[in-house]
Amino acid sequence: MGLLDKQFTDDNIIITKVEDLLNWARLSSLWQMGFGLACCAIEMMATSASHYDFDRFGVIPRPSPRQSDVIIISGTVTFKMAIRIKRLYEQMPDHKYVISMGSCSNCGGPYWEHGYHVLKGVDRVIPVDVYVPGCPPRPEALLEGLLKLQEKIRNETLVSKTA
Amino acid sequence: MKNPEEIFEILKAKFNEVIIELISDKPTESFITVAPLEIDKVCLYLRDKEGLNFKSLMNLSGVDDANGEKIKDENDNEIIQGGTLSVFYHLESIDLKHKVTLKVSTDRENPEVASVEEIWRAADWHEREAYDMFGIKFLNHHNLIRILMPYDWEGGYPLRKDYQNPEFYKGMKVPY
Repeated sequence: MGLLDKQFTDDNIIITKVEDLLNWARLSSLWQMGFGLACCAIEMMATSASHYDFDRFGVIPRPSPRQSDVIIISGTVTFKMAIRIKRLYEQMPDHKYVISMGSCSNCGGPYWEHGYHVLKGVDRVIPVDVYVPGCPPRPEALLEGLLKLQEKIRNETLVSKTA
Repeated sequence: MKNPEEIFEILKAKFNEVIIELISDKPTESFITVAPLEIDKVCLYLRDKEGLNFKSLMNLSGVDDANGEKIKDENDNEIIQGGTLSVFYHLESIDLKHKVTLKVSTDRENPEVASVEEIWRAADWHEREAYDMFGIKFLNHHNLIRILMPYDWEGGYPLRKDYQNPEFYKGMKVPY
């Protein structure tokens, strides 16, 4: 249910639930951590740029995990990087969300068998909310992933975090 | 400009038994095999000698020849015992427009090769990579640590033909 449905004809008054208000606020300004790993990061940057314009969903890249709401794991997660990703995730304040972008961070991608250096899916170190398939996914796919995440956040309740 | 045969003759006259042979019956370009512990002296000569002027190390790479005896270990994995590991050096002289390839082979159980890092600074990271991937020890290298794998990686040397992935690294499962 949209937040603005219960608006009075009179201006300036809206009746809603606290939950709906918080969820709406949260999903409308998902600040993204400025963080990229591989070729998926190029697509992520294209998504942020003017043509696809991530900013229209309130997604702004932030330079610090402490200011971020969502981390997009965009690329191949090596063991070396996995340790650092885990630390960055732990440094993010709640509520925090993870989008796993592309085959590599979903399941190891082309490195699944012989990649001695690749973690076979970032969900082995941090919990993932949305998986975006593709190698790399097109910007439209990443936007779809973000919309899915917003859908999840819209259904959160105060007692339990579903996303 | 000199071809590999001429360079081989020059080196053979200077270093004698250190220079082992010239191999030119392969489909690749011909290469000169050298004793592993004397490669630094040969390389210094190649760089500085008038008429050779190999100022540039184009590439340095390790190779697992996998020519040892293949045996089964206690977990029924095939491992290679004995045989050699090799290092290839691709040199180029930009002034004189000629190239040469050197090869050293060293014992797989205790692979030791003299470092050429002091001769071409480009060799620094190349040798670290060969150490990281094959475990070849470059003697007199000033900072021979892993370059690609984590510094505390204990799972072995990944590009050896008998490499087995460890089950876990720092609590993260390694196999698919």
